[in-house]
Amino acid sequence: MSKGRSLLNWIDERFPLSSSLKSHVTEYYAPKNFNFWYFFGSLALLVLVMQIVTGIFLTMNYKPDASLLPGSNVSVAFASVEYIMRDVGGGWIIRYMHSTGASMFFVVVYLHMFRGLIYGSYKQPRELVWIFGMLIFLCLMAEAFLGYLLPWGQMSFWGAQVIVNLFSSIPVIGPDLSVFIRGDFVVSDATLNRFFALHVIAVPLVLLGLVVAHLVALHEVGSNNPDGVEIKKNKDPVTHLPKDGIPFHPYYTVKDVLGVAVFLIVFSLIVFFLPDMGGYFLEANNFIPADPLKTPPHIAPVWYFTPFYAILRAVPSFAGTQVWGVLAMGAAVVVIAFLPWLDRSPIKSVRYRGPKFKFMLVLFIIAFIGLGMLGALPTTNVRTIVSQILSVVYFAFFLGMPFYTKNDVGSVPVPDRVTESTTKMKINFAIMVALVVAGAYLFATII
Amino acid sequence: MSEQQVDTGRRRFLTVATSAVGGVAAAGVAAPFLMSFFPSERAKAAGAPVEVEIHKMEPGQKINVEWRGKPVWLLNRTDEQVKNLAKLAPALADPESDMDQQPAYCKNATRSIKPNLLVAVGICTHLGCSPTYRPDLAPADLGPEWVGGFYCPCHGSKFDLAARVYKGVPAPKNLEIPPHKYLSDTRLLIGEDK
Amino acid sequence: MKTQIRHLIAACAMVLPLASFANEGGPALDKAPINIQDTESLQRGAQIFTNYCLSCHSAVSMRYNRLMDIGLTEQQIKDNLLPDGGKIGDQMKVSMAAGDAKAWLGAPPPDLSVVARSRGADWLYTYLRGFYRDDTRPTGWNNLVFDKVGMPHVFWQWQGDQVLETVKGAHGEEEHVLKLVKAGTLTKLENGKASTVEYDRRMADLTNYLVFMGEPAQVKRNQIGYVVLMFLGLLLLPLAYFLKKEYWKDIH
Repeated sequence: MSKGRSLLNWIDERFPLSSSLKSHVTEYYAPKNFNFWYFFGSLALLVLVMQIVTGIFLTMNYKPDASLLPGSNVSVAFASVEYIMRDVGGGWIIRYMHSTGASMFFVVVYLHMFRGLIYGSYKQPRELVWIFGMLIFLCLMAEAFLGYLLPWGQMSFWGAQVIVNLFSSIPVIGPDLSVFIRGDFVVSDATLNRFFALHVIAVPLVLLGLVVAHLVALHEVGSNNPDGVEIKKNKDPVTHLPKDGIPFHPYYTVKDVLGVAVFLIVFSLIVFFLPDMGGYFLEANNFIPADPLKTPPHIAPVWYFTPFYAILRAVPSFAGTQVWGVLAMGAAVVVIAFLPWLDRSPIKSVRYRGPKFKFMLVLFIIAFIGLGMLGALPTTNVRTIVSQILSVVYFAFFLGMPFYTKNDVGSVPVPDRVTESTTKMKINFAIMVALVVAGAYLFATII
Repeated sequence: MSEQQVDTGRRRFLTVATSAVGGVAAAGVAAPFLMSFFPSERAKAAGAPVEVEIHKMEPGQKINVEWRGKPVWLLNRTDEQVKNLAKLAPALADPESDMDQQPAYCKNATRSIKPNLLVAVGICTHLGCSPTYRPDLAPADLGPEWVGGFYCPCHGSKFDLAARVYKGVPAPKNLEIPPHKYLSDTRLLIGEDK
Repeated sequence: MKTQIRHLIAACAMVLPLASFANEGGPALDKAPINIQDTESLQRGAQIFTNYCLSCHSAVSMRYNRLMDIGLTEQQIKDNLLPDGGKIGDQMKVSMAAGDAKAWLGAPPPDLSVVARSRGADWLYTYLRGFYRDDTRPTGWNNLVFDKVGMPHVFWQWQGDQVLETVKGAHGEEEHVLKLVKAGTLTKLENGKASTVEYDRRMADLTNYLVFMGEPAQVKRNQIGYVVLMFLGLLLLPLAYFLKKEYWKDIH
């Protein structure tokens, strides 16, 4: 027995190393027909690691201190970010990786969630995978919001001001609650310090735990696939392995490496050539130090919050309170978690669903992207009305689901075994993407 | 799964090559993180050479200058004190300054460029305390042999007025002489000698 | 290759359909003719910045020795740009006390370290050339893109006097234009024809410098970016592609 083998044995007698590797990597059988959409889970994990590593290094030089540098109107926190950008060796790369990573996290997570939506990955028996995923999404939103305060620029300050004030709209306890959250009567040094603590340790800890739970739950039930066929139902009588399954390693590890290579190219393009992303990843106003006495003329949240922000603004206040918008925004997020129970169809994948679901899905895509664009723009009468219509569509997609998914069967029956995606599907996919981009462009020009 | 022959050579080559390229990528990513641990521009600016005006220094006067966050002593030794230095050799651990604790131009009897003015980093070579200047002769606590020097309050190390360490004390080496040069007769630059 | 990548990036940016909304409303901005690689322009801009702007504005995140990035030597910085008694590693602090500035100008002048990142080059270029005489303002000056600006026109001796005129546009709508009525040392006024080339060039230099100062690492960032993209695109991507292909031969 070689030295390495005997060391492995020594460990295995005390810790389930080989068996964990087997059950989660080398002998985790995944369906062989994963397509484009299945890259984003592993990419989300990559971005998570990247955010944690870059974040750790940023904390070494960042100072959560709202007091002003002597003789200037620049705060210590704001200056410490610029200190990282200029004076710390390699600091600007680390900072841009973190700021780009924040946005890219949402890009991959939204695509990852959309994958779950179109292939029914939330459906029985993967409800808990979906719930853990939704909790991760909530943590991610909290993490992004908390982190956005730290540069202590104008958008940091006023963004936090607006969001914290949402809580004050809650009847009776609201005003006290917002003071409690801020630790002050305005967003201040106390707020900055607690947001920093929550951003760098509290939320990431929860996030990591949830990611582990998400993966453990997934590996317990096995991955879904673009056909929505349970591969465990078709096992080889001799080996007891799923006929349509292939070991995650090496097949999906090499495939994911390819995905990572493509992702890193996109990521590097942004980090090295477009770190501001035209004001969408780093907003111009956030390069102005926070000034509690002067609100910027137009406050928009960062792009990944805009769909929900648009819903918030679309709901008018009535009965003397604006709590309804806040509730609508909260509901827009929470309702996604209930998909496993809203969907009544026995069919998982959109490939075999009936026309009603497909129609509603198209409406949902339009509503989500449309709301996302509207949330980034200042309001006008027309835009408010469009936001209201799209908000209704957004909720109709979810709340109408128990009705339109019942007895909604497609023309092609669900196969017994998984299928390969055909050229026709690939062309359709390309057309869809082109339509979405063109539609979004058109929408932006009109609105 | 496959009846086809698997080209293991090609497979191994691609695996190794991709891993190697991935390793280079990882090393590249690690670079900025490692760089961030070195002194920043702020630290370098704070550690820049310091200019000191020395024409006002009285004989026997000592002033402290901060350089890279460390106390640097400037001591304008009296002629008497300079003369005493030579007599101390038997009591010192490294009287000839053989250990590399000073620039070459200060490896001399007074450990200085000009005989009177001592420039030394005021940090004990034992554990980093800053010794006290004790010019008084034969004080009660330091004994009758004491002709003036530096005494470290932490662990009792003793140094003479050329910052040379005495024998039999915890500190192993003479105090460090920083690089320095005279910009003019009255201006001294500490931290740079070129 | 470099230009190709640049075009590719420009194409990517155009796909962002909302980019056109970045600056909704407000007067049209002139395109700033800047080039961050033009070290001579940057050096002239640095000279103007340290001699004029730093009297009232600070740039606390910027160190003087960073000007070595635009081709200045340590000696040149010491001789021409550093205030007396300053050190090469010093930050660009303001010569005027903050309290004084607030008393004279009503508000402390903003720090300019990252002003190009919040305002953008075009805004700065238009702003610096957009001052006009306005007797209703305490300083006697107003600005086309920054109404009721607190800052007086620092370069008025260079630019001369402009006034705001309202004219009818092509479609009958009202438009505000600036007209030079008195030439400065860097502008000419002959037979009612204004020539501002020289002044515009100086302001372009200054804008160029402000853009550099907003992110001194940006040239290096692009340089490293090309290397990284080459590495990923020409080495990692093809290898990963063939590796995946090779293994997936097994799967039918």
